Amino acid sequence: MGHDLANPVLSLRDLTVEIKTRRGLLKPVDGVSFDIAPGEILGIVGESGAGKSMTGNAVIGLLDPPARIAGGEVRLAGQRIDTLSSEEMRRLRGKQIGMIFQDPLTSLNPLLRIGDQLTETIRTHLDLGANAARERAIAALDEVGIPAAEERINSYPHEFSGGMRQRAVIALTLCAEPSLVIADEPTTALDVSVQAQIIALLKRLCRQRGVAVMLITHDIGVIAEAADRIAVMYAGRMAEIGDVAEVLRRPRHPYADGLLSSTPAASAGQARLRQIPGAMPRLTALPEGCAFAARCERAQDRCRQGAAPRLEADNGRTACWFPIQHGEVEA
Amino acid sequence: MSYVTVKDLSRRFDVSKPWLNRVIERRKKAFLTAVDDVSFEIPEKGVYGLVGESGSGKSTIGRMLVGLLPPSEGSVQIGGIDPFDQHDPDAQAHLRSDVQMIFQDPYASLNPRWRVRDIIVEPVVARGGETRGLAEQLLEQVGLSAEDAAKFPHEFSGGQRQRICIARALSSRPKLIVCDEPTSALDVSVQAQVLNLMSDLREELGLTYLFISHDLTVVRHMCDRIGVLYLGRIVEEADSEQLFAAPKHPYTQMLLEVAPRIDEIGREVPEPVGEIPDPINRPPGCAYAQRCPIAQPICSSQRPEFRKLGGTSVACHFAD
Amino acid sequence: MSTSIGLRLRNALDSDFAYLFLRSPVAVLSAFVVIVLVLAAIFAPLISPQDPFNPIELNLMNGFTPPGTPNAFTGESFWLGTDDQGRDVFSTILHGMRISLFVGVSAVSFALLLGVTLGLLAGYVGGWTDTIIMRVADVQLTFPAILVAMLIFGIAKGITPVEYRDQMAIWVLILAIGLSDWVQFARVVRGATLVEKGREYVQAAQLIGRRPGAIMLRHILPNVLSPVLVIATISLALAIIAEATLSFLGVGAPPTQPSLGTLIRIGQGFLFSGEWWILLFPSLTLLALALSVNLLGDWLRDALNPRLK
Repeated sequence: MGHDLANPVLSLRDLTVEIKTRRGLLKPVDGVSFDIAPGEILGIVGESGAGKSMTGNAVIGLLDPPARIAGGEVRLAGQRIDTLSSEEMRRLRGKQIGMIFQDPLTSLNPLLRIGDQLTETIRTHLDLGANAARERAIAALDEVGIPAAEERINSYPHEFSGGMRQRAVIALTLCAEPSLVIADEPTTALDVSVQAQIIALLKRLCRQRGVAVMLITHDIGVIAEAADRIAVMYAGRMAEIGDVAEVLRRPRHPYADGLLSSTPAASAGQARLRQIPGAMPRLTALPEGCAFAARCERAQDRCRQGAAPRLEADNGRTACWFPIQHGEVEA
Repeated sequence: MSYVTVKDLSRRFDVSKPWLNRVIERRKKAFLTAVDDVSFEIPEKGVYGLVGESGSGKSTIGRMLVGLLPPSEGSVQIGGIDPFDQHDPDAQAHLRSDVQMIFQDPYASLNPRWRVRDIIVEPVVARGGETRGLAEQLLEQVGLSAEDAAKFPHEFSGGQRQRICIARALSSRPKLIVCDEPTSALDVSVQAQVLNLMSDLREELGLTYLFISHDLTVVRHMCDRIGVLYLGRIVEEADSEQLFAAPKHPYTQMLLEVAPRIDEIGREVPEPVGEIPDPINRPPGCAYAQRCPIAQPICSSQRPEFRKLGGTSVACHFAD
Repeated sequence: MSTSIGLRLRNALDSDFAYLFLRSPVAVLSAFVVIVLVLAAIFAPLISPQDPFNPIELNLMNGFTPPGTPNAFTGESFWLGTDDQGRDVFSTILHGMRISLFVGVSAVSFALLLGVTLGLLAGYVGGWTDTIIMRVADVQLTFPAILVAMLIFGIAKGITPVEYRDQMAIWVLILAIGLSDWVQFARVVRGATLVEKGREYVQAAQLIGRRPGAIMLRHILPNVLSPVLVIATISLALAIIAEATLSFLGVGAPPTQPSLGTLIRIGQGFLFSGEWWILLFPSLTLLALALSVNLLGDWLRDALNPRLK
C-alpha cells in the first residue's frame, strides 16, 4: 500500500517491560521492535498472556506497578516518549495518542451525556467556543455512523447499545485528532455483525485521516480484514512481523503457521483441525532458547539453547532459526 | 428416531420493575421473550448446532434442555423423557446422568476450592456410584495425566480446565452433552485441541451433542445440522454443508458475509445495517425486517412461517 | 505422615499469604501480641502468681500495694500492684482476659454460625426467605449493637431465676453480643452467595441433581469464607470491647467472675484516691488486645482482597 515507513508515527526499539516478583524477574514484553507508518494499521496478534496488551500499555505509559519499562525506546513521531514524566505523558494521551478498549464503558463517564464528554474533549484540545465545539461533536458522532446525532448527543452512555458506545468512544478518541490510535480488542465484546461495522469504521477513518493504528486482537480474522501489516507475539516476544497477506499466506514462524492452520475457518469442512500441542509457557517458567521450542515440530538443539532467536534471525521477518521456506530459493 | 425432540419451546423472563415502582410509575409488567416457539430434533449420535448473536436465546435453550430452567411453553423430550415431568423420579434420575453440560467459562465452571478428583467424580458421587480410579482414567481419556487428580483448578491453563470440565461431563456416562460456547474463552491454538478432543470422544463414546456458539466457523466444523437463531426464533435450519453453501435467510447470508475470514485479506465487507432490536418490545412480524435488504411491507406485519426449500427450512416470506 | 505435614508446612511458609504476612511489620507485631495475650489467658491458672478468687491466698494487709514497691506491712512485692482486697492486679488481669476472650470468641462464633447460615439461606434460596431475613437484619442495624445487647441482656436477666443469675451471666452475655453481631456476617455472606450462585460450577452441581443443602454447604460455603474470616477477626475486637462496655456499665460479667471490663469498672473507683494502677493496667491490656486483633483483621482484609494484589 506504500506507507511511509521511513517516517513512522510510532517506533518501538527493543522495548522490554519487567515485573519484579518474589519469584524472580518476569518479562511480559521482551525486546519488541516495530514501526507504524501514518495511515497504517498494524495488527498485533497473540494468545492471552503473549504480551500484546502490555505492549500497548507500555506505549501509552499506563503500566501498573510493579510493571515498568526496563529497556528500549518508544518514539512518537521521532520524539522519545518512554522517558517522559507521568504528567507530560498524561497530556500526550488523548491529544496525540488515542485509546479504544474492549469495554467502551471504561472510556465513557457514566454520569455525563455523550455530547458533554465530546465537547469537553474538543475544547481541551482545540481553541473553540461552546457552540462551535457542539457542532463539531455532532459532526464527529455523524462521522462514526451514529444516526440522528443531534438527538443522540444528549444521551447518556447507558442509553446506547454496545456497538453505539464503541462508536461514541471512537468519536471521542478521534475528536482530539491524534496521530496514533491504540485499539485493544475493540470488537471482542461485540456481535459479529456489529464487529463488522466497527472494523469498517476504523479502516475508513484510518485511511481518511492518516492515523496510525495499533490494532491489538486475538482474532486473526479481524486482522486479515483490517490490517496492513501483522505482528505475531508469543510469550512476550515478537515471533513474526510482515505484510499481512505475506504472513497469512506464507507464514514463516512455525507458531504463526500453527495458529493459522488451527483456525477452523481455514480448513473448511469437518476434517480434523491441525492443533499445536501443549500451551504457551507461563512467564514464570520460560525455557532457555526459543519459548516455542517445546511445541514446535521443527525444533532442533539450537532452539533449546542460549538466547532466544530474534527477528534478525530471518532478515527482520521471523524470530526463528529454522523458518518455514515456501518453495522460493533463499539467498 | 430422534434422541432429543424440542417442540414449540418458549421462555419468557419477567423483567418488570419492583411492584412498588410499577404502581407509582403506572407501568405494566414487562416480559423479555428470550426463546420464542423453537422446535428442532437431534438424532441419536448427531451434532446439532445452535448459532446466533447475543440475545438470540441460544444459551437459554441449552439451559432448558439440561433442566436448569423450566420452559414457559412447549416441551423437551430427551430419550422419550420430559426433564420437567415430576411424576417419575426414577426416569428423572436416569436423565440426570444421561445429560451433561460443558460451560463457556472454564474459570468459573470449576469450584476453586475442590481438588480435580472430587470435581470430576461429583456427578457419580451425587448418585452414590463407585468412583475408585474413575477420575484418573477420565483425566487420561481427555489428555491430562492421572497425577493431575490431586491438584486444584488454579494450577491449570484455560484449555486444561476445559478438559477437566469435559472429564466431569463424561463421568456419569452421558448420552447427550450440551456444549454452551465451549471454546469461546480459549485461545485459537487451544480451541483446536478442545474441538478435536470433542470430536474424538463423540466417535469413541457415541455421544450426541447440542453445540451452542456464536462462532460460525466453529459450528460449521463441529455440526451435522445447524439452526440459526435471531431474537429467540430459529430463522433457518439446514444441514451444515448446505447452510454454508447456499444460505437462504437474509440474516444467515449477512452473518456469513461479515464473519471475519483469514483467507481473504483486506476484504471490504459490506457494512451490515442496524442492530438487534430490543427483545422486550420485539417488533411484530419478522424480527429482522428492519435490517433486511429484501423486506417488503408484509414482513413488518406478518410473522413468516417455516417453509421447506429443499433440505432447508427457512422462516422468511421471500427467501428462495 | 510426618513428611506430609512437613511438606504442608513448607508449602504454607512458601505461599503468597505467608510472604505478605512476613513483609508487614504491623501484621507480625500484632499477631505476636495476640498470641502472647491469648496464651497468657489460656494458661492463666499456671502462670499467675496467685488465684485472685481464692480467699485463702489473699491477704487483706496487702491491699493497695503500689506496683513494684514492697508492701509496708507484709514486705511482699507485686509487679503491677494490688487492689483494695490485696489481690495481685497482674493475676486479676490474666484471669479477666480469660473471661473477656472466652466471651468474645464464643459470641463471635455464635454470631458467625447464625449469620453465615442465614446469609447462605437468604442468598441461595432468595424470594420470601431472603426478604424476611434481610428485613429483620435491616431493622436490627438501625439500633446500635450495644443497645441491642443490653436489651437482650435485660430480657434474659428478667426471665432467669435469681439463684442462677450469676452463673448464667456469662452465657447471657455471649448470647446478647452474638445476637447483636450476626447481621454483618449475614449481609456479607448473602452478597458473596449471590455472586457464587451465578457461577457455572454451581449450575454444574445443580444439573447433576445435587440438593440445595449440599450445594450451599459443599460448594458455596468454602468460597464465601474469606470475607467471613476478616469480619470475624474485626468482630472479635469489637466483641471484646462490647463485653468490656457492658461489664463496665455493670450489666456484664459479675464481680465474682470479673472480665477486663469489670476490672476497669472496679478500678475507676480508685482513680481519684491515687491508686491509679488498679485502673491503668487492665485498661492498657484491653487496649493492646483489641488494637492488635483489629490491626490483624485490617491486614487480613487487605491480604485477602484480590483487587489490591
